[in-house]
Amino acid sequence: MLELKNITKIYNPGLVTEMCLFDDFNLTIEDGQFVSIVGSNGSGKTSLLNIICGNIPIEQGEIIINGKNIVKMPEHKRHNSIGRVYQNSSMGSCPNLTILENLSLADHKGKTFGLSWALNKSRIDYYKEQLSSLGLGLEDKLHVKLGALSGGQRQAVSLIMSTLTPIDFLILDEHTAALDPKTAETIMILTDKIVREKKLTAMMVTHNLRYAAEYGDRILMMDKGNIILDRSGKEKESTSIDDLLNIFTKISIECGN
Amino acid sequence: MNIIDLAVNTITQGLIYALLSYAVYITYKILDFPDLTVDGSFPLGAAITAVLLTNNVNPYLTLLVALAFGALAGLVTGFIHVRLNIRALLAGIITMTGLFSINLQIAGSNLIVDRTIDTIFTSGIFNVLFGNIPLIYRKLVITLIIALAFKLILDLYFKTKNGLLLRAVGDNDLVVTMLAKDKGTVKIIGLTIANALVALSGSIVCQEQRSFSSTMGTGQVVFGLATVIMGTTIFKRFGFVKGTTAVLVGSIVYKACIQVALTLGLPANLLKLVTSILFLVILVYGNYQQKTTKVVSKNARA
Repeated sequence: MLELKNITKIYNPGLVTEMCLFDDFNLTIEDGQFVSIVGSNGSGKTSLLNIICGNIPIEQGEIIINGKNIVKMPEHKRHNSIGRVYQNSSMGSCPNLTILENLSLADHKGKTFGLSWALNKSRIDYYKEQLSSLGLGLEDKLHVKLGALSGGQRQAVSLIMSTLTPIDFLILDEHTAALDPKTAETIMILTDKIVREKKLTAMMVTHNLRYAAEYGDRILMMDKGNIILDRSGKEKESTSIDDLLNIFTKISIECGN
Repeated sequence: MNIIDLAVNTITQGLIYALLSYAVYITYKILDFPDLTVDGSFPLGAAITAVLLTNNVNPYLTLLVALAFGALAGLVTGFIHVRLNIRALLAGIITMTGLFSINLQIAGSNLIVDRTIDTIFTSGIFNVLFGNIPLIYRKLVITLIIALAFKLILDLYFKTKNGLLLRAVGDNDLVVTMLAKDKGTVKIIGLTIANALVALSGSIVCQEQRSFSSTMGTGQVVFGLATVIMGTTIFKRFGFVKGTTAVLVGSIVYKACIQVALTLGLPANLLKLVTSILFLVILVYGNYQQKTTKVVSKNARA
């Protein structure tokens, strides 16, 4: 379970540009829940993910993962239980390393990186199996550098990399936004499959309301650092994309967007 | 000195300095960290060596001591950069500047190692193996063995999990964070390994030329960068050539260029000027080549 309690986040404290994004923000996410987060630009969606992952500090509050407050835990240690996929497909992998090298790195997450050989031949079949499930033909390109692949292919590899070892939370930061519609669909279906198969708790920020409604067990809509809509279960089932769009338009008009 | 001796000597120089080039390859090419510590850790290795040799310490043991102190210098730069959050260039400058005094403190002043004192070229295992070869060729063989041995060790290291993590941190450090590893620690490891190699190079140079001078570090980082960029530019079209091989050849070619300039009558005082101009030429050529390959690949696609 992930709990955010009384979170306060102020950008540029003490400066004229000071901006309080979260003021006493609370959120609880149950294990195994697939949460979609929507909202206009600047509503705090990505900040929320960054706060959970630890790459921006908070002024006040508690972040509790499985009963443990992780506010003081450094970013890299939090990733022991967190996997993350970014919007920019080049952020989740090493461009000058081959697919095989990238997967070998990811496969070793959580263990010591000592002086044993990095590439484990006995795992290659497993990697190929994972890659072939993408249907992108990447299983034959194990020795190709990641930088030579297209954005969609790289994003697919990033997704596999982030979920190759057991994790509890999968953080998806607009991970289909930079992809063409067909590739986005492929990645989204794959995401859903991985989340369900591995029983992960997922948080997905997206601007695609259809994806949010279709794949999320729970939908959050954010505006100016507040959750203005939180629907799950039957309530979520009865929420159509049009409903979402209507609320979205309403808050956008209020903001003057 | 006849032309063959001159050539042998130049290659020997290139081979000794190849260790420094490997180091710059690690910091600049792999870690993407322009490490200026080199200008201080190179004479550090030489200073320690000059003092220890003069005090009749075993020359092989001397190599190890120089290696260890070089590692320490790298550790300091890494610590300043990573834990104290100082920019890469500045962290290197701080350590380099500090080392200048430390080197003088160690050596006292510029030192000459007496002819009667044994070095790795005149004692121990290398002497047993190659003792009957004339000294100038013996130096070539020994430095070749050392340069190739370290190339092999590094190549193997890059294939280990730790080595792969090092390559990953320079390529995209976000990935290392997502692997739940502290990217800072990985960078510190890289800087430590690199500066250990630099000091080792300094130690061998000192054993070869039997002297230490406090200014011998000046321009070494530029030399290292030049060989790395030259080596990797020359071999860019051959994808299968390893980076370490490329900089090894780069180091020899670079020393040869300088030697040719000297032989043609260039005053030694202008050496650093030539070094920096040569470096500039290599950089500009590298840019030019990058542009042309881009155009070619575009045409190929069209």
